[in-house]
Amino acid sequence: MADNKMSTRDLRAFFHKVEALHGVTLGFAGNRVTAIIGPSGCGKSTLVRCLNRMHEVVPGAACTGQVLLDGEDIYAPAIDPVQVRRRVGMVFQKPTPFPTMSIEDNVAAGLKLNGIAVSRAERDRMVEESLRRAALWDEVKDRLKRPGASLSGGQQQRLCVARALAVEPEVLLMDEPCSALDPISTARIEELLLELKENFTIIIVTHNMQQAARCSDFTAFLYAGDLIEFGETKQIFTTPARRETEDYITGRFG
Amino acid sequence: MTLTKSAHSRRQLFRKLKSDVMVGLTVLATALALVPLFLVLGYLVSKGATSVNWSFFTRMPAPVGQSGGGMANAIVGTFELVGLACALGVPIGVAAGIYLAENRGGALAQAIRFSADVMMGVPSIVVGIFCYATVVRPFGGFSTLAGAIALAVIMVPLVTRTAEEMILLVPHELREAALALGVPRWRTSLLIVARTAASGIATGVILAIARVAGETAPLLFTAFGNRFWSTSLLQPISSLTMQVYTYAISPFADWQRQAWAGALVLTAIVLALEIGVRWLTRGDAQVAR
Ligand SMILES: Nc1ncnc2c1ncn2[C@@H]1O[C@H](COP(=O)(O)OP(=O)(O)O)[C@@H](O)[C@H]1O
Ligand SMILES: [Mg+2]
Repeated sequence: MADNKMSTRDLRAFFHKVEALHGVTLGFAGNRVTAIIGPSGCGKSTLVRCLNRMHEVVPGAACTGQVLLDGEDIYAPAIDPVQVRRRVGMVFQKPTPFPTMSIEDNVAAGLKLNGIAVSRAERDRMVEESLRRAALWDEVKDRLKRPGASLSGGQQQRLCVARALAVEPEVLLMDEPCSALDPISTARIEELLLELKENFTIIIVTHNMQQAARCSDFTAFLYAGDLIEFGETKQIFTTPARRETEDYITGRFG
Repeated sequence: MTLTKSAHSRRQLFRKLKSDVMVGLTVLATALALVPLFLVLGYLVSKGATSVNWSFFTRMPAPVGQSGGGMANAIVGTFELVGLACALGVPIGVAAGIYLAENRGGALAQAIRFSADVMMGVPSIVVGIFCYATVVRPFGGFSTLAGAIALAVIMVPLVTRTAEEMILLVPHELREAALALGVPRWRTSLLIVARTAASGIATGVILAIARVAGETAPLLFTAFGNRFWSTSLLQPISSLTMQVYTYAISPFADWQRQAWAGALVLTAIVLALEIGVRWLTRGDAQVAR
């Protein structure tokens, strides 16, 4: 557990006093992909949203316990949630390019919206690097001024990845990033994960078991707000320790 | 078999007949609703068009007994009053709309929303009297500024409510996407949410402009009217509506002709604004989604 980039301790999340996560203790290794699997409504989204303090944005939502980033509790009173979100980026289920912005402005949105002034050249360099990292550069380099919404769904999702990467986070959370995408776009995102883990710690929520098996190093199985099992992906998928895990991955429920 | 078939087709015929009658009735109702509109427009044009000429736009009102003259000062006055009212009312209305959309359930938001709705129902003459008592009397007389304040008071609730509605149409996911980039909430509200709703908010503003450009009563108590150029915001000023009112109730045929011309020009301005809104929002359906 020593080289965990992030970890949670007895994390409980609430919606209007209703507990949705019942004390999750879990570590996320640095420069690795950790998959979170489990049936719908088991708390996967809630868990990752607690990791960048997006959970508290929902009215009536709260959480208790600890979330450590490099050993520091991101819920400590002195910590600004805005700073946490710059270190822990997020990609959502539905691609969400900003409709009023061009492709390049979308990528640079993190800078622009925060009023951070950079030179034109520096900005262009950053836009290109982020788009390359998101494996989108070659497809859009000739139309950077077009609206972000003019791209296909899969491209929009990679644009959102580029936008998240441009802020230079340390951890990237992805909440079912492929569930609105076709198989080819899905494959591209999966390839991307393997490249990105060189530089980032990745936590991906997926309801696609094959996807978890293909591209993650570790897997956490969540059921009804409880962490049932956590381990190396190979072990979880070949020799699960718990009966519920085996039932789920073999498709007997969920 | 044949029996049921003919019963079936008879029923179908009846249904078709019923449908046709209904369609006919709705067409008739639409026509009835449109007839007054076209009558008003047609009458305005027939009465006013002959008096709308170059000097109507460039000349000052002629003294009683002299023919000719125009409404140059009233036209400028309308633009001045409405422009100033926008400068005062639009920022307040938009800010309040953002506040309402951001704090939907809050006690203060509920109170603001309720008072905005009440204010929208207040007759405009009451707004005029209110501004007479609170602005004109204490601050030394009728003025452009007082008139603009009265119009702004009418605009604010309209702009507030449309801004709120338009902002609420912005998908929740966009706000979350910006917050997740580490953008503070106030910047997200302003630069993403309000910005995305901007064309809808602009529509609301233009409709509010169209509404106050046609107001007379609140101006009579505040801007008062002026036969000359108004050279300071603290002087009374004329407007098309007040000029039309004064001329229309006058006994002079020449003035009455000019009142028709003024009414026509005012209607044309308002119509142009409404058409502008249509044009601005053409194909905006996907933004609202
Ligand atoms: N905004 C919300 N308000 C109230 N309850 C919620 C809200 N979002 C999620 N929940 C509840 O929290 C639990 C976990 O939801 P979620 O984390 O979205 O599940 P998953 O992502 O695994 O499908 C569910 O029981 C769901 O009903
Ligand atoms: Mg989810």
